[in-house]
Amino acid sequence: MKPFEYAAPNTLEEAIGLLGEKWGEAEVLAGGTDLVTALKQGIMEPDRLVSLKNLTSLQQVELREGTLHIGAMAPLAAVSENSTAQEHFPSLVQAIEGIGSRQIIVHGTVGGDLCQRPRCWYFRSGYGLFGQHDGESLVLNGDNRFHAIFGNEGPAYFVHPSSLGPALIALDATLIAVGPKGKERTIGAGDFFKTPQNEDERETVLRPDEVVTEIRVPLHGLKNATYEVRHRQGFDWPYVTATVAFQERGGTASDGRVVLGHVAPVPWHSEKASQSLNGQALNEPTAKECGQAAIVGAKPLSGNRYKVQLTKTAVKRAVLSAAGIEQEA
Amino acid sequence: MASANWPEKKTWSYLRDRIDRVDGPVKATGAARYSYDVNRPGMLYAKVLYSQHASAKINGIDLSGAKSMKGVKATWRDEDLIGSEVQYAGQMLAAVAAVTEELAQEAVKQIKVDYEVKKPQVIDDDPEYADDRASRREEGNLEEALKGAEVVSEGEYGLPVVTHCCMESHGQVAEVKDGELHLWPSTQNVSRYADQMGEQVGIPGNKTHVNTQYMGGGFGSKFSHDKWGIVGAILAKQSGRPVKLMLDRDMELMAAGNRPSAYSKVKVGVKKDGTITAMDEEVWGTGGPANYRPPPFPYVFTGVENWRQVGRRIRTNRGGQRAWRAPNHPQGCLITMAAIDDAAAALGMDALDFFRHNTQLTERPDVYREELDVAADMIGYRQKAHPRGDKTPGPVKRGLGISMHQWGGLGHPSECDLTIHPDGSVECKIGTQDLGTGTRTVINIVVAETLGLALEDIEVKIGKSAYPQSGASGGSTTVGGVSASSRLAATSALNALLDVVASELGVSANELEARYGHIRVKGDPTKAVSWKEACSMLGPSPINKKGVNDRAESREKGLIDGGVGGVQMADVSVDTETGIVTINEMVGVQDCGLVIDLKTAESQVYGAMIMGITYSLFEEAVYDRTTGSMLNADMEFYRLAGLQDVGDLRVHMMGGEKYAKRGVIGLGEPPVISPGAAISNAVANACGVRVPYLPLTPERVTDALEKGGMSV
Ligand SMILES: Cc1cc2nc3c(=O)[nH]c(=O)nc-3n(C[C@H](O)[C@H](O)[C@H](O)COP(=O)(O)OP(=O)(O)OC[C@H]3O[C@@H](n4cnc5c(N)ncnc54)[C@H](O)[C@@H]3O)c2cc1C
Repeated sequence: MKPFEYAAPNTLEEAIGLLGEKWGEAEVLAGGTDLVTALKQGIMEPDRLVSLKNLTSLQQVELREGTLHIGAMAPLAAVSENSTAQEHFPSLVQAIEGIGSRQIIVHGTVGGDLCQRPRCWYFRSGYGLFGQHDGESLVLNGDNRFHAIFGNEGPAYFVHPSSLGPALIALDATLIAVGPKGKERTIGAGDFFKTPQNEDERETVLRPDEVVTEIRVPLHGLKNATYEVRHRQGFDWPYVTATVAFQERGGTASDGRVVLGHVAPVPWHSEKASQSLNGQALNEPTAKECGQAAIVGAKPLSGNRYKVQLTKTAVKRAVLSAAGIEQEA
Repeated sequence: MASANWPEKKTWSYLRDRIDRVDGPVKATGAARYSYDVNRPGMLYAKVLYSQHASAKINGIDLSGAKSMKGVKATWRDEDLIGSEVQYAGQMLAAVAAVTEELAQEAVKQIKVDYEVKKPQVIDDDPEYADDRASRREEGNLEEALKGAEVVSEGEYGLPVVTHCCMESHGQVAEVKDGELHLWPSTQNVSRYADQMGEQVGIPGNKTHVNTQYMGGGFGSKFSHDKWGIVGAILAKQSGRPVKLMLDRDMELMAAGNRPSAYSKVKVGVKKDGTITAMDEEVWGTGGPANYRPPPFPYVFTGVENWRQVGRRIRTNRGGQRAWRAPNHPQGCLITMAAIDDAAAALGMDALDFFRHNTQLTERPDVYREELDVAADMIGYRQKAHPRGDKTPGPVKRGLGISMHQWGGLGHPSECDLTIHPDGSVECKIGTQDLGTGTRTVINIVVAETLGLALEDIEVKIGKSAYPQSGASGGSTTVGGVSASSRLAATSALNALLDVVASELGVSANELEARYGHIRVKGDPTKAVSWKEACSMLGPSPINKKGVNDRAESREKGLIDGGVGGVQMADVSVDTETGIVTINEMVGVQDCGLVIDLKTAESQVYGAMIMGITYSLFEEAVYDRTTGSMLNADMEFYRLAGLQDVGDLRVHMMGGEKYAKRGVIGLGEPPVISPGAAISNAVANACGVRVPYLPLTPERVTDALEKGGMSV
């Protein structure tokens, strides 16, 4: 691990002032569950860490005027244990409950989950964000079983690791980012993530000198659920997640949203699957069709065709779960 | 005279009881010090530089950058490698010892290596990459037998390379003091760890001292001092300071050993009544740059009359294989048991009936039949069984699978030194090691049982090369070795004590026995002296006796034996829409002769089953074919099962006169052999298709379902 300077400022302004103008100069430290690993792996080597731990106001989770305000530094557990979230945002709670282990849920933060770096094993082994060697993609020629089946035109083939991202997009959440001179930006969750085109870009639209301060989730009355396909039960990432949300009236869906996780370099909003729900009776055939619609346009790589099948299933099961329909075991 | 033979069951105080391991509390509280925990005054930390490339010529290794750093106290580079080639990524090139771990890490980065990179070869599952020369073994007339068979089934079966993944990585603390070398290694081989070190370090063997009180797992990968052991000692000598050199996890997974892969195509011919008449196998796999020995075939069913095995090695630029808990048996077991299970399904015969019928082709038909029946009862086989392919509606299918395995486990040579002091205290020294299996506990039980004392009355001393020699812990030989040597030593010490007491009491020593903390006249408990009193009769000199396990003699006496069978059954669910396999229940039925401690014996089987579930569902060393680097040399993508993944496990240790009279037999390895086959067979029974290769991941399961026309 490269030696670094450590700062734990007491105000947001100070914190932002300590960040750099370019990525890699300084990094925000939240719970550290991802960042510290990345430092040890030598894939992030900042000169300075700016810990937000003293900014206690960023840890709050509060319901105000029909919107749940989640501080970026709120531990994941503070959201999954929040009664508003449990009642209105089961998809978000399920996404959190699936995560790794209890320790990570208690220690990791919501802001950290959204800004965490890809788990791609080429990236983590030091071959760069795109996993290249002599100008060629190791991912394409190598073992890509955990890589993207959507949005994989390259050079990025990794999947975005956040399970919360898809849920927040489906729930119409917005993020607040604050930069130098207190300049505040409101960013729709769907606009927050981006596929980098260069090695030195990041996976979000955040600037190097900005901090995510808050995530706002409105109570829009959507039925919603997340379904994960997870192999190992403890300490692992899912293969695929699907978050589904819709308005329901008299057993019929409208305003459908289907957002997939772990299948593309960004949380993947499936237009087709979302629309397939609108005006449909909520039942098993609709769920199945939604699953089918979700995989249209999937372009599996040499070793991850199975993720198409997993995606189809995850979407179907998320629809049924959101609609409260028991599935056949 | 007390006899060294195992006592009759009616007199057992501890044998086959459920006894907590004696070092449980120190391990649970963290008081136990593993090699990793040993810290010496003024100690340096060593870090290793390993090859980034899987195949390359090393033109030079420049240490000057590291040497010039303040705080770096010693360096080493592999002179022999300069001008020659590295065989795999992770191969050790150089090392640095510095005052802090961080500094050592930084210093390693300053070492410059001049590589001439070559194209690596890491593919191990494609027979196209195999050597031209194949090994061949055969018996009987295969072609004829296949022609005459009622049914011939064909299939592909295989397992990838997996690592040992010990919780504690390889390494040691080394210290040179007054010309003597002191080592605290994580080893399975205390008595002989340092055997060939002397010459290379320049300190003779009689001045080398090994001390391993607790170690975090070996599974066959920690017999030798390895190059890093030598280097650690050299750095200590060079710097004049103690040096801790423990491998980091990535190098541990790349370089510290692995289980070779095995992939196969098998044909099985069976008669109408289910008898296996023919088995034909083509098998290939890799042990890295090292040799490749095809796994045993036909496994367990050695009485199959007509068979052939053609084996091919694939040479790869991967770390070399090492003995991995029951070397070659898990591979042999999966291939044979899955292939014959497919034959049973092709014949339309129930798997249990089929395995039971073919026990006639094994070396222990009675044992296997009994074990199959016990396992079937435990898992509710007859109630749950269905022909291949669960026909109930819904995507989640359930199935049962069976497997059988065998192992040797005859105790190794072992010497024990036992002292009864005049104050009544008892000290027992053996140069053995406790890998976490319960060796300390077993020795304690045997000595207490023999002397009629309580467990806490005995002081068991192990883990030092200064103690009498005992074998390496491999091949499931430790429990037999140490229980025989400690039983012999304790018996002979007791007899010396009985002689003294006999003359004091005016009876013959033959009339005396040691029971419940007393020396007493057999059949007349009123004529007794307490243990302490008895020992006080010794005067000033303690009794000191040696027990030596001579394998042949001990076997003759019935103290130990070798050769066991075991049966495991798995009940699994397969989500056919996701390919996720879940273990509902698994039972392990095992024979290991006389069970000394039922609790630690059962724990061995539980542990082995968990390790088996891990390699069945998750584990695999993944390599990048372009660079030859290992992609999952960490604990994130090198997946191991957690508690939530293992389902409900139950264990039964065979018991009764028939088993106990054989004496003690090793247990460490046998129960890890069957899980792969039992689980693979259960998955085939559930979803109706064979998933050829382990681990049974969603990608492999969904692929097999699709190819088998069973996808949803
Ligand atoms: C074994 C394991 C399993 C996991 N499984 C899952 C899973 O299934 N699904 C899932 O979604 N996640 C999973 N995770 C990831 C986990 O949720 C994240 O590690 C955690 O949420 C990160 O939060 P943190 O506070 O520790 O972030 P840190 O590690 O402190 O930071 C992570 C990154 O975010 C940046 N950052 C953090 N906060 C801010 C902020 N407020 N503003 C700007 N940048 C910021 C940091 O600079 C850093 O780059 C898993 C992690 C582990 C270790």
